Amino acid sequence: MTATLAPTLPLGKALNAGLRRAMEDDPKVVLLGEDIGKLGGVFRITDGLQKDFGPNRVIDTPLAESGIIGTAVGLAFRGYRPVVEIQFDGFIYPAFDQIVSQVAKLHYRTGGNVKMPITIRVPYGGGIGAVEHHSESPEGYFAQTAGLRVVSCSNAADANVMLRQAIASDDPVLFFEPKRRYWQKGEVDVARPIDDAYPLHKARVVREGTDATIIAYGPLVVTALQAADVAAGEGRSIEVIDLRSLSPLDMDTIATSVRKTGRLVITHEAATFMGIGAEIAARVQDQCFYSLEAPVQRVGGFSTPYPAAKVEEFFLPDADRILDAVDRTFPA
Amino acid sequence: MDTAISRTSDDDLIQIVTPEGKRTEPSEYSRTVEDITIDKLRDLYEDLVVVRRIDAEATALQRQGELGLWAPLLGQEAAQVGSARALHADDFVFGSYREHGVAYCRGVDPTEMLRFWRGSTQSGWNPYEYNMTTPAIIVGAQALHATGYGLGMKFDGAEGAVITYFGDGATSQGDISEAFGFAASFGAPVVFFCQNNQWAISEPVTLQTHITIAERGRGFGVPSLRVDGNDVLAVLAATRTALARAREGSGPTLIEAVTYRMGPHTTSDDPTRYRPAALDDEWKQKDPIDRIERLLDAEGAMDAAFRARVKDRADHTAAELRRGCLGTVEPTAMSLFDNVYADPHPLIAEERDAYATYLAGFEGVQS
Repeated sequence: MTATLAPTLPLGKALNAGLRRAMEDDPKVVLLGEDIGKLGGVFRITDGLQKDFGPNRVIDTPLAESGIIGTAVGLAFRGYRPVVEIQFDGFIYPAFDQIVSQVAKLHYRTGGNVKMPITIRVPYGGGIGAVEHHSESPEGYFAQTAGLRVVSCSNAADANVMLRQAIASDDPVLFFEPKRRYWQKGEVDVARPIDDAYPLHKARVVREGTDATIIAYGPLVVTALQAADVAAGEGRSIEVIDLRSLSPLDMDTIATSVRKTGRLVITHEAATFMGIGAEIAARVQDQCFYSLEAPVQRVGGFSTPYPAAKVEEFFLPDADRILDAVDRTFPA
Repeated sequence: MDTAISRTSDDDLIQIVTPEGKRTEPSEYSRTVEDITIDKLRDLYEDLVVVRRIDAEATALQRQGELGLWAPLLGQEAAQVGSARALHADDFVFGSYREHGVAYCRGVDPTEMLRFWRGSTQSGWNPYEYNMTTPAIIVGAQALHATGYGLGMKFDGAEGAVITYFGDGATSQGDISEAFGFAASFGAPVVFFCQNNQWAISEPVTLQTHITIAERGRGFGVPSLRVDGNDVLAVLAATRTALARAREGSGPTLIEAVTYRMGPHTTSDDPTRYRPAALDDEWKQKDPIDRIERLLDAEGAMDAAFRARVKDRADHTAAELRRGCLGTVEPTAMSLFDNVYADPHPLIAEERDAYATYLAGFEGVQS
């Protein structure tokens, strides 16, 4: 791949490039959110877009999340493809009703006559030293809601292509962006087509291994790879899967890996209790029972509200906690 | 708490026909309905009667166990017919769940309305076929959808406008306030049509607001009209006025149609537990159909042929509706999985296949 086709971009700029491309490709793509216009968003993900596409394509809204989503529903009714920015994860709850009662259900409720191709971008997760309501991982709520697709990108290349895939989808997509990785650089092929080998619902094996599998998504993929590096130094070959899509789950990729390695650790920042990991563990025991060498392990957030920044390092799964879970899958 | 229907005077109500069936002094509003000749007024009267009949027949079908639930509109016929008859075909309606009269005026087959309440479908009809959404149960959510749709119309440079219906109870929801704010800020071509029927199930409107609903719109910079919701001509006039504002690019208008829900909230409700009978009697004097009948009678237009025409139309509609309801082809078990997503979704496919296999396992047992 040539350098011109694949410049190195931070994840946040890869998202910006993805938005720009989607807006160029389809005049029905409109952006809505708080501070996304002149400011370019608090994380600058929409930087420069209002200047180039105008205030009718990049719409600064009043400060009301239910209003933003409800307005996007009406625009979708009219044939638009709204891309909504929820400023921070913890601000999505005022819009919860519109998302789960309206966005998710309108296609079903109208017998398939009304499409809701809405992409809801959510900068999520901890690790940036923020105050409360700015570090949450609400993806599980939405993954439990029929009618929604839920995805999370972990790197710049995926951020760019997955966002374009989400916008092109005729279904509503909750697009969770790992905000602490916005500045993490990677090669991005901004000209890459979106109908290629990695559709939005496919997981990816990001590191091959034979002794155990770690499943992560979003911000923890980097952490899982760090853990795998350390494990390699201890003589263990760890396979790492980037889930990418939380709904639907790519069980084929998961089961293939678990049948190979026989051991599984799942990690996410959201609370372990009733989390995405619980669903994966249940499905793995159903599909891979005779391949498992040890019980499936989960490493997630605690069943506490997201804590104050000075102690978030103890709350967030890190390489050590993931490795401790890997150890538990091997007999002493 | 006092359950009087309003703490404010009704002096500000737009009215063209009094409850006694007399025309009021000409006004800026009555001039907007000068084209409503006696013939056209008779058509409106026929609409009112047919809509009341649809409602009565559906209520009967619920009592006979054919519908799971029904939300009667008895008393609100003028608010619905008057506003709906102000609309053009390319205008778009975001309804709530009691707008059977609006749906009738949009051309929706009454049987399609009933199937939702029967539990046979969630869709009822294709919204794009009639430019009207199917019922929305979460009160107030649809006002935001209307705002977004109106914004889209504005971006498209479309001629049309949007109207959204909600009740007095819904005005307590944040979504209604947010819709007022968004529509005002964006200048969206939206008519917010509140049927203030005085009751949100058992709660009087005085529990929802201490000022008129119209005043609440003004607080958001949304020009607001208060209209006698039982006066079909006044409602038509107010809605035409608001739609004209929307079409000319002057933004949203709120209409508070002051009316009265003469029956229960739904067929599961018992208004005798919370509502003084005297209040019902008082509102019977303001019946939306009686006043037009009195007016037509006074103008010599209630002849026997016309009465027969209206009766035939109502009878025919009710018979069709009953036949359609009883002849409903019920959905199959596998339809559960249809239309959850627009694009294929592996989880839905997996569950559908597993359930089909499970159901197929019973066939041998039954044969």
